[in-house]
Amino acid sequence: MPGKTYDAVIVGAGVIGTAVGYYLTKRGIRDVLILDKGYVSCGATGRCGAGVRQQWGLEMNCRLAKMSVDMFAGLSDELGEDIEFEQSGYLVLAYDDDTVELYRKNLKLQNSLGIPARLVTPAEAREIVPVLNIEGLVAATHCQTDGHANPFKTNFAYAHAAVREGCELHTFETVTAIETDVKGVRAVATDKGRYETRTVVNCAGGHAAEVGKLAGLKLDCFPERHQILVTEPYERLFDPMVISFVHHLYCQQVVHGAFIMGLGMPEAPGFNDDSGWEFIEAMARAVTSLLPILAGVRVIRQWAGLYTKTPDAQPILGEHPDLPGFYNAVGFSGHGFMIAPATASLTAEAIACGCTPELIAPLDAKRFERGDLVLEPNVV
Amino acid sequence: MTEDDSTIICRCEDITLGEIKQAVARGYATVDEIKHYLRAGMGPCQGRTCGHLVAQVVARETGRPVAEVWPMRARPPYHLVPFSTILAETGGTVAFPKVGD
Repeated sequence: MPGKTYDAVIVGAGVIGTAVGYYLTKRGIRDVLILDKGYVSCGATGRCGAGVRQQWGLEMNCRLAKMSVDMFAGLSDELGEDIEFEQSGYLVLAYDDDTVELYRKNLKLQNSLGIPARLVTPAEAREIVPVLNIEGLVAATHCQTDGHANPFKTNFAYAHAAVREGCELHTFETVTAIETDVKGVRAVATDKGRYETRTVVNCAGGHAAEVGKLAGLKLDCFPERHQILVTEPYERLFDPMVISFVHHLYCQQVVHGAFIMGLGMPEAPGFNDDSGWEFIEAMARAVTSLLPILAGVRVIRQWAGLYTKTPDAQPILGEHPDLPGFYNAVGFSGHGFMIAPATASLTAEAIACGCTPELIAPLDAKRFERGDLVLEPNVV
Repeated sequence: MTEDDSTIICRCEDITLGEIKQAVARGYATVDEIKHYLRAGMGPCQGRTCGHLVAQVVARETGRPVAEVWPMRARPPYHLVPFSTILAETGGTVAFPKVGD
């Protein structure tokens, strides 16, 4: 309520914002306000592919991903709502020897961290996905404990649990100013009220840089459109998420039966989230090459959402070095949903203990200025 | 006439009148929120059949005009369309994209 002093104000009610709210309550911080200028899941969360993979090439990313998978596995029970998390695997395709070499190196790292990914031959890949065209395929990696969840259900489950545990959630309320003083963050003003707080958590997705600007900070992240589509539901044809960095494609059949697929295409930075014909055309070509049986499957809807990109395609996490009390959980560059549980929980830990958890220490907001980029070889 | 809460409003996703009323009671007060929360309007009809019904229920339950609760965003394609049709229409082939493209 206006005039009340909050322990923390979270800007953004996507999966990250609602999860940070929930994990703050788990640490005994309950006077928390979650604000969104739209509604729960109206931004990137409600538009994402919702795959959850652990096959990364950096130890930090593997650990964040594995921690998230372990949390996802218990999340339906913990939050009291089914989030449709399924560990149906990820199959990552490789079309040349250099890529296979890189994947071998990544697998060694993943296995050393307890991620059960393995290299498979094209024939084995076709056993896992019987409808896969293996023409040109040199090898693939498969990890059975990767999977996917329903992004709407996950977001609503976090929101409901956060509110149940004491958070307030205000939708259709826009942040207009973030007040600071010598001690740091002081208050958040919106189009409906003003709320005193010493802690703000920026979980504003594509609008993260604008929220940073309200606090006088320049955040190195920008929105970039990515397009995706969904087909009518179909009998189960294959289990894993199929991804190819060569085709810039991912395709998954979800619990509901629909195929959801996205394709990376060159985009200019900006808030454009219109649907383009060139996408559905490129997708029709790419997906029917890899999975020819889908030629007869009908597309229901195509849409677009915003990745929030940073110069190294890694998120910006933790307290901002220049403004005490201003925390970021932004810039996930297209893989925010899959590491939401771990990053939100570590963000709550950072706020509760006033420290920076070791795992996310390299992801501070000023690394770009210093030139300490965190470069991950395995991104779409 | 009494209202039957088991009446199916969204036929693609089997969402009933009762479920929509419960969602509104829970605070989901626009057609878009009902869609994200319940999947009403996410099926093959894309809200063309159920959208106005959902909007009327939400408007009635919240006491707001329909126009305020129903700014649903339309997206292509206009009708369900198989990938094979898109390929045929655009002169595309199913040739395997070259590695490195």
